[in-house]
Amino acid sequence: FRAVPDDGGLVDADEDKDIKTEASNDSWGNNNANDGRLLSPSPGSSASAGSNKSAAGASEEQQTLLAVLQFLRKNKLTESVEILRREAGLPEDSLEPKGADSLLSRVTASSTAGAQAPTKVAAGEDQPDVNVVLSAYSQQGDPALYEVYYSGLKRFIESVLDCHRAELSQVFYPLFVHMYLELVYNNHESEAKAFFEKFSGDQECYYEDDLRVLSSLTKKEHMRGNETLLDFRTSKFVLRISRDSYQLLKRHLQERQNNQIWNIIQEHLYIDIFDGMPRSKSQIDAMSGSLAGEAKREANKAKVYYGLLKEPEIELPLDDEDEEAENEEGKPKKKKPKKDSLGSKSKKQDPNAPSQNRIPLPELKDSDKLDKIMYMKEATKRIRLGPDNLPSICFYSFLNAYQGLTAVDFTDDSSLIAGGFADSTVRVWSVTPKKLRKVKSAADLNLIDKESDDVLERIMDEKTASESKILCGHSGPVYGISFSPDRNYLLSSSEDGTVRLWSLQTFTCLVGYKGHNYPVWDTQFSPHGYYFVSGGHDRVARLWATDHYQPLRMFSGHLADVTCTRFHPNSNYVATGSSDRTIRLWDVLNGNCVRIFTGHKGPIHALAFSPNGKFLASGATDGRVLLWDIGHGLMVGELKGHTDTIYSLRFSRDGEILASGSMDNTVRLWDATKAFDDLETDDFTAATGHIHLQDNSQELLLGTYMTKSTPVIHLHFTRRNLLLAAGAYNP
Amino acid sequence: MADREERRFAEISRESVKFMAESTGVELGDDVAGLLAEDVCYRLREATQSSSQFMRHAKRRKLTVEDFNRALHWSNVEAICGYGAQDTLPFRSAKEGELFFIEDRDINLVELALATNIPKGCAETMVRVNVSYMDGKGNLEPQGTVPSAVQSLSDDLLKYYQQITRAILGEDPHLMKVALLDLQSNAKIAALLPYFVYVISGVKSVSHDLEQLNRLLHMVKSLVQNPYLYLGSYIRSLVSSVMYCILEPLAASINPLNDHWTLRDYAALLLSHIFWTHGDLVSGLYHQILVSLQKVLSDPVRPLCSHYGAVVGLHALGWKAVERVLFPHLPAYWANLQAVLDDYSVSNAQVKADGHKVYGAILVAVERLLKMKALSLSQQSDGGSSGQTGFAGGSICYRVSSPGLSPPPEPLSEATLGIASHLQAGGAGCPLEEWTPVPLPAMYCELYSFFGDSLAVRFSTGPGFSSYSALKSSQLSDARKEPPGPTSNPDTTRKMPQLTANLNISPRHDGSPRTDPTPPSLAATGSGRSLTRSCSSSSSVQRSRSSSRSGQRSAGLSRDVFPKARFTSSQTGPPAFSFLIGGRQMGLRCQGRRPFQTNFAPTPPLSAVPPRAYAHKLPVIGRVGKPVRRWACSHYSLHLPL
Repeated sequence: FRAVPDDGGLVDADEDKDIKTEASNDSWGNNNANDGRLLSPSPGSSASAGSNKSAAGASEEQQTLLAVLQFLRKNKLTESVEILRREAGLPEDSLEPKGADSLLSRVTASSTAGAQAPTKVAAGEDQPDVNVVLSAYSQQGDPALYEVYYSGLKRFIESVLDCHRAELSQVFYPLFVHMYLELVYNNHESEAKAFFEKFSGDQECYYEDDLRVLSSLTKKEHMRGNETLLDFRTSKFVLRISRDSYQLLKRHLQERQNNQIWNIIQEHLYIDIFDGMPRSKSQIDAMSGSLAGEAKREANKAKVYYGLLKEPEIELPLDDEDEEAENEEGKPKKKKPKKDSLGSKSKKQDPNAPSQNRIPLPELKDSDKLDKIMYMKEATKRIRLGPDNLPSICFYSFLNAYQGLTAVDFTDDSSLIAGGFADSTVRVWSVTPKKLRKVKSAADLNLIDKESDDVLERIMDEKTASESKILCGHSGPVYGISFSPDRNYLLSSSEDGTVRLWSLQTFTCLVGYKGHNYPVWDTQFSPHGYYFVSGGHDRVARLWATDHYQPLRMFSGHLADVTCTRFHPNSNYVATGSSDRTIRLWDVLNGNCVRIFTGHKGPIHALAFSPNGKFLASGATDGRVLLWDIGHGLMVGELKGHTDTIYSLRFSRDGEILASGSMDNTVRLWDATKAFDDLETDDFTAATGHIHLQDNSQELLLGTYMTKSTPVIHLHFTRRNLLLAAGAYNP
Repeated sequence: MADREERRFAEISRESVKFMAESTGVELGDDVAGLLAEDVCYRLREATQSSSQFMRHAKRRKLTVEDFNRALHWSNVEAICGYGAQDTLPFRSAKEGELFFIEDRDINLVELALATNIPKGCAETMVRVNVSYMDGKGNLEPQGTVPSAVQSLSDDLLKYYQQITRAILGEDPHLMKVALLDLQSNAKIAALLPYFVYVISGVKSVSHDLEQLNRLLHMVKSLVQNPYLYLGSYIRSLVSSVMYCILEPLAASINPLNDHWTLRDYAALLLSHIFWTHGDLVSGLYHQILVSLQKVLSDPVRPLCSHYGAVVGLHALGWKAVERVLFPHLPAYWANLQAVLDDYSVSNAQVKADGHKVYGAILVAVERLLKMKALSLSQQSDGGSSGQTGFAGGSICYRVSSPGLSPPPEPLSEATLGIASHLQAGGAGCPLEEWTPVPLPAMYCELYSFFGDSLAVRFSTGPGFSSYSALKSSQLSDARKEPPGPTSNPDTTRKMPQLTANLNISPRHDGSPRTDPTPPSLAATGSGRSLTRSCSSSSSVQRSRSSSRSGQRSAGLSRDVFPKARFTSSQTGPPAFSFLIGGRQMGLRCQGRRPFQTNFAPTPPLSAVPPRAYAHKLPVIGRVGKPVRRWACSHYSLHLPL
């Protein structure tokens, strides 16, 4: 079947593109031709039978029928061609390039191209979609032989050289799953069960969750609507195998005429072949674990502008207040040079930074400038952290949160704290003595003297002052909240499928953004405001602007729920973590996926960009924190220590310390500087993406801090590097 | 299929499906039921699978019914209502037949509606902050302590609390005993500790009721003795309650018929007990107590019962406390007391009686001071063979100390001794501030000048050895064989008023002892007075140097209501003493007449009240358990460095 250029499906046209390019690297085409010959006798009839069923009707189906006929004829199966043609009621000359010349010419062209190991990538793009018609699992061999095939391959892989064994063992899991599904699909229930019984124990432990889902599925009807399986069918499982190992496998399968397995490998697996030394078991284990295998190397090749944007020039007012304060402290002159150094640093354009207006960012308002000045002032008083100078930790305990605390956020200046609750409320507290006040009603506002200097103070209604405010509006648990950088707005995402924008001036809901239609697990404002991202159960992350009720971008590609979303510090990229155990980085400009990181063994629940934008940290239910180099698209570290889901990650303001908060009631501090310093950045690693991780978690762990039955669900570094943690006390 | 994954999955058997069908009136074939069962199982697992997602995002470990319902909702299945309760539903099996059901009790709505114990609403959700780790290191507060205000009490605990408090404060003495015993040994009442402490702090409101005060003190005792309780900083509160009972002029004291003296004695005993068993919990507690006792003692405005409390309290804290606070203060205080005792007017009768109480208490305290000091000296110098053990052999039985003046407080005498012996051992554990002790002979000399024979008499005699187990038996027997002093106990009782009269006329000369431990041979005195007088005055100077209150004492000999002090002499030359004690008491014991000679170097002046005692009062940021209202304020300081 390889001879007919296929399309994996309408959805993943680009994946097929990848296959084609791969084919050109590797003498794939020739093999395909061989395979075609090898395979045609047995599955051919069933294929035609399958197509017969659906041959009636639409012209699209007719086209695919033509493609099938073409294929059969090419393989000199004239009898079948005749039968099929008669049954479909097609005229005899329909195969001649008269009626459907454009289509058929294309088919022939590409099929011949495929046979001659060509480079016709462009031609392959809009092929008739044969595989959609020939349902993925309809072809089948003798169900009793599946076990034989599988164990034969197993024996073979166990007998190969050690260096290849680890690599080839990767094949087991996807093969196992697909063979099992084929059996189930073709209603061989008992065989499927026996097959599962026999071989499920061999699979890597990190696939346990998926295997559990799989094992519960024993009927064809169940496959419909099961999303995990849908993923398996629509996306190809990606394996990275060295050329040598691959050749070994191919030769073996061809010698044994093990068509069943070879079919699956070609149909459902994407083998990313690289030249060089086979990888070790630990290297493979570090990268695998995701729902759909590893990321293709190609997927991480795009250029990412991870640098920071130039800070806007703000003339720092050397106001008297400031000077006085400094004088009091007895070092009046010290501040100026500091400011200058800050200024000069931001003036230099980072070569890795995107151009300033790559995506349009909102203009700075006066209040924003004031805030920036405040920030810089605070920054000069920041504590320099390091292994010998750990941050103090303040814990914000939510007491009496019987309704269930589900999300927490702090404002950047740590003046407000907000909690999202399972009873669908959002509560905002003031952490400072400054109470929360609403703006007066419209009628009262009319009475105000608009010319007065303290008009901003006058518009506030003193009667409403309180330490906390409750925002009601959602109709389901609030899973994600985020303050806008200017502290005027608050976003909340909920199980009810909406994201709401709240005003912190009036404490009312301004907008409900509808689009996800399924639970929205997370949302976050861009560091520059205006934009925000949300991700949810519909597997799509969306980029919104606060003044548009429809999303600006849809980031689709995850194979399972998008569980957490984070903006890159330069607002040009968005990182999403998912239950498919991958992390993707999306370009806000064009919506492309520019990075796929695999290696987690569980759904990802926490993401954090380092302040310099170069690195990403991720935490998952497996209790591990992984560190990623965004520029190179590499995993650069693994931090083991937590024993439960990590719900929060945060870098200190200067990026020296990484703090992680977990369900296991601890906060852990890690030496981020050291973790990123020890990078081996030789060309080979960069080129192949094969990392060698040292197990140095214990050296990097700077401290473990217990709470008492309070899961840590949010962490925040203040502008002076004091660590704030938050969670609900659960007696 | 059931045998394969039965450990992991919910299985619904085909029989169950058939039963269900039957209950709705549908007859199912075996194969149909089987198919249905399988499908139901699968759907069940699927729903469970997707419900776990809601659990994870709600950051919980426990899957709730709500999660499951949400999963159903999103797969377009109607939610199952009625299972949202927090507690687990009991799943029961019926005895006859293999039937399982969820217990579903009938609820009497009328009863519920008319119930008087309306459930309180949930406390409001709030955020509290505490500095958990300073500079990455743990802070002093135990980590993650839960503010007591929100610590929810289980029903059982609440019931226990009510029962116990009712029993202790109620009428039935037997019930009280049981409750106290339980309080003493119950291992599970840690959560109730703040509540009990709160109840005990109610002493101030029942100061008219001696009985209640007594009960509360008993409660303190039980709590203190409970080995499972960690009192922590609650000790402060307990101590302040006990101190209240010791020192305050209780409303009950107004009526002379009320025996508040016993209460004070008991409270003092309790104080020493708390201090010796839990004193290490709060730093500076000892000094705090000393300071507050001293304050009361030096405040002439306070009634005599307060002074009595202070003396008893000092006594309970051990002889070192007496030496440290009471002894230096004695000359000043003596004048006040003397004035009271000298007033024979009828209107003064009650006050005078009180004064005698104080007198007796002081006498007991200083006697033990002398005794213990002598003992410590003897232990220090050359063991039991030396002749000084006789000092230790004396009795300090309370009964004798205040003869006829008040009913003897039974518990105090023995326990005090016990504490005293403890003090000896642990005396080093609570080092006092820089302080120079007055040498024993000088001390004796001075004390003798106040108490005259009554001191001397009781100093050398008495039956009470019971607690001095530390002494060697030989010493004990020695002491027993010792001939009783020239005066006997009844003599003392008779003598005391007489003595005061003597003192009144001429405090020192006429009170010269019949037994002759003194006058000591005295050298290097700067004054031209008589030997005895100069002795006392010079030692008083030494004392006045050692305390910061020398100014107060120079008020002269005015005989006002409470004259401030009576010693005016100011010494110029550096006091250098050389005592030679060779009296009979010494000689009797010595093998041969070996004079006991000690040289005392001049002592450096003392610093005033140690400032360290207040160090713990420095503000602590982010402390847990502040009231909500103050939360924001307390955080102001916290917020600033953010």
